[in-house]
Amino acid sequence: MELAISIITGLMILGAIYAIHAKDLLSAVIACGIVGYGLVICFLLLKAPDLAIVQIVVDTITLIIMVAVVLNSSREEEYSGMDSQGTINAVLGLIITIVLFYFFYNAILNLDIFGKGALRMAKAYIEGAAEKTGSANLVTGVVFDFRGYDTLGEATVLVTAVLGVIAILRLKGKK
Amino acid sequence: MITYLLCFILFLVGLYGVITRRNLIKIAISLSIMEVSTFLFFALIGYIEGGRAPIVNPAEPNQVYVDPLPQALVLTAIVIGLATTSLLMAVIIRIYRKYKTFDIREIRNLRG
Amino acid sequence: MTVIVKKTTQIVAGMIFLYGAYVVIHGHLTPGGGFAGGVIMAGAFILVTLAFGSDFLNLKKEEAGSTATENISILMVILLSVIGLFIGAKIFFLNFLPKGTVGELVSAGVLPLYNIFVGIEVTSSIFIIFLALVIYKEEEST
Repeated sequence: MELAISIITGLMILGAIYAIHAKDLLSAVIACGIVGYGLVICFLLLKAPDLAIVQIVVDTITLIIMVAVVLNSSREEEYSGMDSQGTINAVLGLIITIVLFYFFYNAILNLDIFGKGALRMAKAYIEGAAEKTGSANLVTGVVFDFRGYDTLGEATVLVTAVLGVIAILRLKGKK
Repeated sequence: MITYLLCFILFLVGLYGVITRRNLIKIAISLSIMEVSTFLFFALIGYIEGGRAPIVNPAEPNQVYVDPLPQALVLTAIVIGLATTSLLMAVIIRIYRKYKTFDIREIRNLRG
Repeated sequence: MTVIVKKTTQIVAGMIFLYGAYVVIHGHLTPGGGFAGGVIMAGAFILVTLAFGSDFLNLKKEEAGSTATENISILMVILLSVIGLFIGAKIFFLNFLPKGTVGELVSAGVLPLYNIFVGIEVTSSIFIIFLALVIYKEEEST
Protein backbone atom coordinates (compact mmCIF):
# COMPACT_ATOMS: atom_id res chain seq x y z
CA MET A 1 0.00 0.00 0.00
CA GLU A 2 2.75 2.44 0.86
CA LEU A 3 4.66 1.40 -2.23
CA ALA A 4 1.69 1.98 -4.54
CA ILE A 5 0.94 5.42 -3.11
CA SER A 6 4.61 6.38 -3.33
CA ILE A 7 4.82 5.42 -7.00
CA ILE A 8 1.72 7.40 -7.92
CA THR A 9 2.89 10.44 -5.94
CA GLY A 10 6.24 10.22 -7.76
CA LEU A 11 4.41 10.33 -11.10
CA MET A 12 2.42 13.34 -9.88
CA ILE A 13 5.67 15.11 -9.00
CA LEU A 14 7.04 14.46 -12.50
CA GLY A 15 3.86 15.80 -14.05
CA ALA A 16 4.00 18.92 -11.85
CA ILE A 17 7.63 19.62 -12.75
CA TYR A 18 6.77 19.37 -16.44
CA ALA A 19 3.71 21.59 -16.01
CA ILE A 20 5.67 24.52 -14.61
CA HIS A 21 8.45 24.29 -17.20
CA ALA A 22 6.48 23.75 -20.42
CA LYS A 23 6.82 26.30 -23.22
CA ASP A 24 3.37 25.75 -24.67
CA LEU A 25 0.53 26.85 -22.42
CA LEU A 26 -1.88 24.16 -23.63
CA SER A 27 0.58 21.40 -22.67
CA ALA A 28 1.01 22.93 -19.24
CA VAL A 29 -2.74 22.97 -18.62
CA ILE A 30 -3.11 19.33 -19.66
CA ALA A 31 -0.20 18.36 -17.40
CA CYS A 32 -2.09 20.02 -14.55
CA GLY A 33 -4.82 17.47 -15.22
CA ILE A 34 -2.33 14.63 -14.59
CA VAL A 35 -1.87 15.80 -11.01
CA GLY A 36 -5.61 15.92 -10.42
CA TYR A 37 -6.35 12.49 -11.87
CA GLY A 38 -3.45 10.88 -10.00
CA LEU A 39 -5.06 12.13 -6.81
CA VAL A 40 -8.22 10.16 -7.70
CA ILE A 41 -6.24 6.90 -7.72
CA CYS A 42 -4.64 7.81 -4.39
CA PHE A 43 -8.07 8.45 -2.87
CA LEU A 44 -9.31 5.03 -4.02
CA LEU A 45 -6.26 3.34 -2.52
CA LEU A 46 -6.85 5.16 0.78
CA LYS A 47 -10.46 3.89 0.98
CA ALA A 48 -12.22 7.22 0.41
CA PRO A 49 -14.85 6.77 -2.35
CA ASP A 50 -16.75 10.04 -1.71
CA LEU A 51 -13.64 12.10 -2.31
CA ALA A 52 -12.79 10.21 -5.50
CA ILE A 53 -16.20 10.96 -7.05
CA VAL A 54 -15.97 14.68 -6.24
CA GLN A 55 -12.35 15.07 -7.32
CA ILE A 56 -12.73 13.41 -10.71
CA VAL A 57 -15.64 15.63 -11.79
CA VAL A 58 -14.16 18.82 -10.31
CA ASP A 59 -10.84 18.21 -12.05
CA THR A 60 -12.60 17.70 -15.39
CA ILE A 61 -14.49 20.99 -14.97
CA THR A 62 -11.29 22.83 -14.02
CA LEU A 63 -9.59 21.45 -17.13
CA ILE A 64 -12.47 22.65 -19.36
CA ILE A 65 -12.35 26.18 -17.91
CA MET A 66 -8.56 26.46 -18.22
CA VAL A 67 -8.50 25.19 -21.80
CA ALA A 68 -11.23 27.67 -22.75
CA VAL A 69 -9.20 30.55 -21.28
CA VAL A 70 -5.95 29.49 -22.98
CA LEU A 71 -7.39 28.77 -26.43
CA ASN A 72 -8.71 32.31 -26.86
CA SER A 73 -5.40 34.03 -26.22
CA SER A 74 -1.72 33.76 -26.91
CA ARG A 75 -0.46 30.24 -26.58
CA GLU A 76 3.22 30.61 -25.96
CA GLU A 77 5.08 31.67 -22.90
CA GLU A 78 7.47 34.33 -24.05
CA TYR A 79 10.86 33.91 -22.55
CA SER A 80 13.52 36.57 -22.63
CA GLY A 81 16.12 34.69 -20.65
CA MET A 82 17.19 35.21 -17.07
CA ASP A 83 18.01 38.76 -16.17
CA SER A 84 19.10 39.92 -12.73
CA GLN A 85 15.61 39.98 -11.25
CA GLY A 86 14.91 36.47 -12.50
CA THR A 87 18.09 35.07 -11.00
CA ILE A 88 17.37 36.65 -7.63
CA ASN A 89 13.86 35.12 -7.71
CA ALA A 90 15.15 31.65 -8.53
CA VAL A 91 17.83 31.66 -5.82
CA LEU A 92 15.37 33.00 -3.25
CA GLY A 93 12.90 30.28 -4.23
CA LEU A 94 15.52 27.57 -3.73
CA ILE A 95 16.55 28.91 -0.32
CA ILE A 96 12.94 29.05 0.92
CA THR A 97 12.32 25.53 -0.39
CA ILE A 98 15.33 24.03 1.40
CA VAL A 99 14.58 25.77 4.70
CA LEU A 100 10.94 24.63 4.66
CA PHE A 101 11.98 21.10 3.78
CA TYR A 102 14.30 20.90 6.80
CA PHE A 103 11.61 22.08 9.21
CA PHE A 104 9.03 19.70 7.79
CA TYR A 105 11.40 16.76 8.08
CA ASN A 106 11.81 17.47 11.77
CA ALA A 107 8.04 17.74 12.17
CA ILE A 108 7.10 14.42 10.58
CA LEU A 109 9.60 12.55 12.72
CA ASN A 110 7.11 13.14 15.53
CA LEU A 111 4.10 11.71 13.70
CA ASP A 112 3.08 8.07 14.14
CA ILE A 113 4.01 5.73 11.32
CA PHE A 114 1.71 5.56 8.35
CA GLY A 115 -1.41 3.50 9.03
CA LYS A 116 -1.83 3.92 12.75
CA GLY A 117 -4.31 6.81 12.63
CA ALA A 118 -2.65 9.94 13.91
CA LEU A 119 -5.80 11.54 15.34
CA ARG A 120 -7.11 11.05 18.86
CA MET A 121 -10.76 11.69 18.00
CA ALA A 122 -11.12 8.78 15.56
CA LYS A 123 -12.60 6.36 18.08
CA ALA A 124 -15.08 8.90 19.43
CA TYR A 125 -16.41 9.66 15.96
CA ILE A 126 -16.76 6.06 14.76
CA GLU A 127 -18.18 4.27 17.76
CA GLY A 128 -21.63 5.71 18.36
CA ALA A 129 -22.07 7.59 15.09
CA ALA A 130 -24.41 5.20 13.29
CA GLU A 131 -26.97 5.33 16.12
CA LYS A 132 -26.55 9.00 16.94
CA THR A 133 -27.07 10.29 13.42
CA GLY A 134 -29.04 7.37 12.00
CA SER A 135 -27.13 7.24 8.70
CA ALA A 136 -25.08 4.36 7.39
CA ASN A 137 -22.63 6.65 5.60
CA LEU A 138 -20.36 8.00 8.32
CA VAL A 139 -18.86 10.78 6.18
CA THR A 140 -22.33 12.23 5.43
CA GLY A 141 -23.17 12.01 9.11
CA VAL A 142 -20.03 13.92 10.06
CA VAL A 143 -20.46 16.53 7.31
CA PHE A 144 -24.11 17.39 7.95
CA ASP A 145 -24.68 16.51 11.60
CA PHE A 146 -21.49 16.75 13.67
CA ARG A 147 -19.94 19.50 11.55
CA GLY A 148 -22.93 21.32 10.08
CA TYR A 149 -21.37 24.78 10.47
CA ASP A 150 -18.58 23.95 8.06
CA THR A 151 -21.07 22.86 5.41
CA LEU A 152 -23.04 26.07 5.82
CA GLY A 153 -19.83 28.07 5.42
CA GLU A 154 -18.91 26.14 2.31
CA ALA A 155 -22.29 26.76 0.66
CA THR A 156 -21.88 30.47 1.44
CA VAL A 157 -18.40 30.48 -0.14
CA LEU A 158 -19.82 28.96 -3.35
CA VAL A 159 -22.56 31.61 -3.63
CA THR A 160 -20.05 34.40 -2.93
CA ALA A 161 -17.68 33.05 -5.60
CA VAL A 162 -20.48 33.09 -8.17
CA LEU A 163 -21.34 36.70 -7.27
CA GLY A 164 -17.66 37.60 -7.49
CA VAL A 165 -17.26 36.08 -10.96
CA ILE A 166 -20.33 37.89 -12.27
CA ALA A 167 -19.18 41.20 -10.76
CA ILE A 168 -15.63 40.92 -12.10
CA LEU A 169 -16.64 40.04 -15.63
CA ARG A 170 -19.42 42.67 -15.64
CA LEU A 171 -21.91 40.74 -17.69
CA LYS A 172 -24.85 42.92 -18.56
CA GLY A 173 -28.02 42.02 -20.40
CA LYS A 174 -28.39 41.93 -24.14
CA LYS A 175 -29.43 45.24 -25.66
CA MET B 1 7.27 8.22 6.29
CA ILE B 2 8.20 8.34 2.66
CA THR B 3 4.64 9.05 1.58
CA TYR B 4 4.56 12.15 3.77
CA LEU B 5 7.89 13.29 2.34
CA LEU B 6 6.75 12.87 -1.26
CA CYS B 7 3.55 14.72 -0.51
CA PHE B 8 5.50 17.65 0.85
CA ILE B 9 7.87 17.64 -2.13
CA LEU B 10 4.79 18.10 -4.34
CA PHE B 11 3.83 21.11 -2.20
CA LEU B 12 7.32 22.57 -2.59
CA VAL B 13 7.22 22.13 -6.38
CA GLY B 14 4.01 24.17 -6.46
CA LEU B 15 5.50 26.84 -4.17
CA TYR B 16 8.57 27.14 -6.39
CA GLY B 17 6.28 27.62 -9.38
CA VAL B 18 4.36 30.45 -7.70
CA ILE B 19 7.54 32.30 -6.73
CA THR B 20 9.55 32.12 -9.92
CA ARG B 21 7.17 32.04 -12.90
CA ARG B 22 6.29 35.15 -14.87
CA ASN B 23 3.20 33.92 -16.69
CA LEU B 24 -0.19 34.26 -15.00
CA ILE B 25 -1.48 30.90 -16.19
CA LYS B 26 1.58 29.17 -14.73
CA ILE B 27 0.92 30.85 -11.38
CA ALA B 28 -2.69 29.59 -11.40
CA ILE B 29 -1.53 26.05 -12.25
CA SER B 30 1.02 26.07 -9.42
CA LEU B 31 -1.65 27.20 -6.93
CA SER B 32 -3.81 24.26 -8.00
CA ILE B 33 -0.86 21.87 -7.48
CA MET B 34 -0.37 23.16 -3.91
CA GLU B 35 -4.04 22.53 -3.13
CA VAL B 36 -3.81 18.95 -4.43
CA SER B 37 -0.88 18.20 -2.13
CA THR B 38 -2.85 19.44 0.88
CA PHE B 39 -5.78 17.14 0.10
CA LEU B 40 -3.42 14.19 -0.24
CA PHE B 41 -1.83 14.92 3.13
CA PHE B 42 -5.19 15.01 4.90
CA ALA B 43 -6.27 11.71 3.37
CA LEU B 44 -2.96 10.10 4.38
CA ILE B 45 -3.34 11.09 8.02
CA GLY B 46 -6.73 9.48 8.40
CA TYR B 47 -5.80 6.03 7.08
CA ILE B 48 -5.92 3.08 9.51
CA GLU B 49 -4.28 -0.20 8.55
CA GLY B 50 -6.75 -2.94 7.66
CA GLY B 51 -9.70 -0.59 7.71
CA ARG B 52 -12.61 -0.38 5.34
CA ALA B 53 -14.41 2.53 3.68
CA PRO B 54 -16.62 4.21 6.32
CA ILE B 55 -20.04 2.78 5.35
CA VAL B 56 -21.56 1.00 8.33
CA ASN B 57 -23.08 -2.43 7.74
CA PRO B 58 -25.42 -3.21 10.65
CA ALA B 59 -24.91 -6.96 10.31
CA GLU B 60 -21.21 -6.83 11.26
CA PRO B 61 -20.71 -4.95 14.51
CA ASN B 62 -16.96 -5.34 15.05
CA GLN B 63 -15.27 -3.89 12.00
CA VAL B 64 -12.39 -1.47 11.75
CA TYR B 65 -13.25 1.63 9.74
CA VAL B 66 -11.06 4.35 8.29
CA ASP B 67 -11.29 7.69 10.08
CA PRO B 68 -14.15 9.75 8.57
CA LEU B 69 -13.21 13.17 9.95
CA PRO B 70 -10.36 14.15 7.57
CA GLN B 71 -12.48 12.93 4.65
CA ALA B 72 -15.27 15.29 5.68
CA LEU B 73 -12.83 18.22 5.78
CA VAL B 74 -11.36 17.42 2.36
CA LEU B 75 -14.84 17.03 0.82
CA THR B 76 -15.61 20.65 1.61
CA ALA B 77 -12.16 21.84 0.59
CA ILE B 78 -12.30 20.35 -2.92
CA VAL B 79 -15.38 22.36 -3.89
CA ILE B 80 -13.92 25.52 -2.36
CA GLY B 81 -10.76 24.97 -4.42
CA LEU B 82 -12.88 24.95 -7.57
CA ALA B 83 -14.50 28.26 -6.57
CA THR B 84 -11.08 29.84 -5.91
CA THR B 85 -9.63 28.69 -9.24
CA SER B 86 -12.63 30.00 -11.18
CA LEU B 87 -12.38 33.42 -9.48
CA LEU B 88 -8.68 33.57 -10.37
CA MET B 89 -9.53 32.72 -13.99
CA ALA B 90 -12.09 35.55 -14.11
CA VAL B 91 -9.43 38.05 -12.98
CA ILE B 92 -6.99 36.67 -15.59
CA ILE B 93 -9.58 37.09 -18.36
CA ARG B 94 -10.10 40.75 -17.37
CA ILE B 95 -6.36 41.41 -17.32
CA TYR B 96 -5.91 39.84 -20.74
CA ARG B 97 -8.71 41.89 -22.26
CA LYS B 98 -7.12 45.12 -21.12
CA TYR B 99 -3.36 44.57 -21.52
CA LYS B 100 -3.27 41.80 -24.19
CA THR B 101 -0.52 39.89 -22.38
CA PHE B 102 -0.10 37.35 -19.61
CA ASP B 103 3.32 38.52 -18.43
CA ILE B 104 3.34 40.14 -15.00
CA ARG B 105 6.47 42.24 -15.62
CA GLU B 106 5.00 43.96 -18.66
CA ILE B 107 1.73 44.60 -16.82
CA ARG B 108 3.65 46.24 -14.02
CA ASN B 109 5.47 48.44 -16.53
CA LEU B 110 2.38 49.47 -18.48
CA ARG B 111 0.28 50.75 -15.56
CA GLY B 112 -2.51 51.98 -17.86
CA MET C 1 -20.81 19.94 -33.57
CA THR C 2 -21.21 16.89 -35.79
CA VAL C 3 -24.16 14.53 -35.87
CA ILE C 4 -22.40 11.78 -33.91
CA VAL C 5 -21.73 14.08 -30.95
CA LYS C 6 -25.29 15.39 -30.94
CA LYS C 7 -26.89 11.94 -31.08
CA THR C 8 -24.64 10.54 -28.37
CA THR C 9 -25.37 13.50 -26.12
CA GLN C 10 -29.10 13.06 -26.59
CA ILE C 11 -28.83 9.47 -25.38
CA VAL C 12 -26.32 9.91 -22.56
CA ALA C 13 -27.12 13.24 -20.90
CA GLY C 14 -30.38 12.06 -19.37
CA MET C 15 -28.68 9.03 -17.85
CA ILE C 16 -25.93 11.14 -16.31
CA PHE C 17 -28.54 13.42 -14.72
CA LEU C 18 -30.42 10.39 -13.38
CA TYR C 19 -27.23 8.93 -11.91
CA GLY C 20 -26.48 12.24 -10.20
CA ALA C 21 -29.98 12.34 -8.69
CA TYR C 22 -29.49 8.76 -7.45
CA VAL C 23 -26.22 9.64 -5.74
CA VAL C 24 -27.85 12.65 -4.04
CA ILE C 25 -30.93 10.83 -2.76
CA HIS C 26 -29.03 7.78 -1.46
CA GLY C 27 -26.42 9.98 0.18
CA HIS C 28 -26.91 8.49 3.64
CA LEU C 29 -26.62 4.86 2.50
CA THR C 30 -23.90 4.68 -0.16
CA PRO C 31 -20.80 6.78 -0.86
CA GLY C 32 -21.71 10.13 -2.32
CA GLY C 33 -23.96 12.72 -0.80
CA GLY C 34 -24.92 16.27 -1.67
CA PHE C 35 -21.66 17.54 -3.16
CA ALA C 36 -20.79 14.51 -5.28
CA GLY C 37 -24.27 14.24 -6.79
CA GLY C 38 -24.45 17.99 -7.34
CA VAL C 39 -21.30 18.15 -9.43
CA ILE C 40 -22.41 15.13 -11.48
CA MET C 41 -25.72 16.84 -12.33
CA ALA C 42 -23.80 19.99 -13.30
CA GLY C 43 -21.69 17.82 -15.59
CA ALA C 44 -24.81 16.70 -17.45
CA PHE C 45 -25.86 20.30 -18.09
CA ILE C 46 -22.37 21.28 -19.20
CA LEU C 47 -22.34 18.37 -21.68
CA VAL C 48 -25.61 19.51 -23.29
CA THR C 49 -24.39 23.12 -23.54
CA LEU C 50 -21.08 22.14 -25.12
CA ALA C 51 -22.66 19.84 -27.70
CA PHE C 52 -25.58 21.95 -28.84
CA GLY C 53 -24.35 25.51 -28.48
CA SER C 54 -25.42 28.19 -26.09
CA ASP C 55 -28.74 28.98 -27.75
CA PHE C 56 -30.18 25.56 -27.06
CA LEU C 57 -31.44 26.17 -23.56
CA ASN C 58 -32.75 29.64 -24.44
CA LEU C 59 -30.60 31.40 -21.91
CA LYS C 60 -30.44 35.14 -21.91
CA LYS C 61 -27.56 37.08 -20.52
CA GLU C 62 -29.65 38.47 -17.69
CA GLU C 63 -30.07 34.96 -16.38
CA ALA C 64 -26.34 34.50 -16.14
CA GLY C 65 -26.53 36.46 -12.94
CA SER C 66 -27.74 34.50 -9.90
CA THR C 67 -30.70 32.36 -10.80
CA ALA C 68 -33.69 31.60 -8.66
CA THR C 69 -32.85 27.94 -7.98
CA GLU C 70 -29.52 28.68 -6.39
CA ASN C 71 -30.85 31.33 -4.04
CA ILE C 72 -33.99 29.45 -3.03
CA SER C 73 -32.06 26.28 -2.22
CA ILE C 74 -29.55 28.03 0.00
CA LEU C 75 -32.38 29.80 1.79
CA MET C 76 -33.97 26.40 2.43
CA VAL C 77 -30.69 25.11 3.91
CA ILE C 78 -30.56 28.03 6.32
CA LEU C 79 -34.26 27.59 7.17
CA LEU C 80 -33.75 23.90 7.99
CA SER C 81 -30.89 24.69 10.32
CA VAL C 82 -32.65 27.55 12.10
CA ILE C 83 -35.82 25.52 12.80
CA GLY C 84 -33.86 23.74 15.52
CA LEU C 85 -33.81 26.97 17.52
CA PHE C 86 -37.59 26.99 17.89
CA ILE C 87 -38.32 23.31 18.59
CA GLY C 88 -37.17 21.12 21.44
CA ALA C 89 -33.72 21.57 22.81
CA LYS C 90 -32.95 24.98 21.19
CA ILE C 91 -29.76 23.92 19.44
CA PHE C 92 -28.62 25.19 16.04
CA PHE C 93 -28.63 22.35 13.44
CA LEU C 94 -30.89 20.07 15.48
CA ASN C 95 -31.83 16.78 13.84
CA PHE C 96 -35.53 16.95 14.61
CA LEU C 97 -37.17 14.31 12.42
CA PRO C 98 -37.31 10.68 13.68
CA LYS C 99 -34.21 8.67 12.94
CA GLY C 100 -35.58 5.24 12.02
CA THR C 101 -33.44 2.15 11.51
CA VAL C 102 -29.98 2.31 10.01
CA GLY C 103 -30.00 1.21 6.38
CA GLU C 104 -33.51 2.17 5.27
CA LEU C 105 -34.17 4.78 2.60
CA VAL C 106 -36.34 6.90 4.90
CA SER C 107 -34.06 7.30 7.89
CA ALA C 108 -31.49 9.60 9.44
CA GLY C 109 -33.87 12.43 10.26
CA VAL C 110 -33.27 15.62 8.35
CA LEU C 111 -30.13 14.46 6.47
CA PRO C 112 -31.77 13.48 3.11
CA LEU C 113 -33.38 16.94 2.89
CA TYR C 114 -30.00 18.58 3.47
CA ASN C 115 -28.49 16.41 0.74
CA ILE C 116 -31.16 17.38 -1.80
CA PHE C 117 -30.97 21.13 -1.20
CA VAL C 118 -27.18 21.25 -1.15
CA GLY C 119 -27.13 19.18 -4.36
CA ILE C 120 -29.41 21.64 -6.18
CA GLU C 121 -27.36 24.58 -4.94
CA VAL C 122 -24.02 23.13 -6.04
CA THR C 123 -25.44 22.26 -9.48
CA SER C 124 -26.69 25.80 -10.10
CA SER C 125 -23.46 27.42 -8.89
CA ILE C 126 -21.15 25.35 -11.04
CA PHE C 127 -23.34 25.80 -14.13
CA ILE C 128 -23.38 29.58 -13.68
CA ILE C 129 -19.61 29.68 -13.27
CA PHE C 130 -19.20 27.63 -16.44
CA LEU C 131 -21.53 29.89 -18.44
CA ALA C 132 -19.85 33.08 -17.28
CA LEU C 133 -16.30 31.91 -17.96
CA VAL C 134 -16.61 29.85 -21.13
CA ILE C 135 -19.66 30.90 -23.11
CA TYR C 136 -20.32 34.54 -22.44
CA LYS C 137 -16.86 35.89 -22.09
CA GLU C 138 -16.10 37.05 -25.61
CA GLU C 139 -18.56 39.91 -25.85
CA GLU C 140 -17.66 43.27 -24.50
CA SER C 141 -20.35 44.96 -22.47
CA THR C 142 -21.16 48.26 -24.08
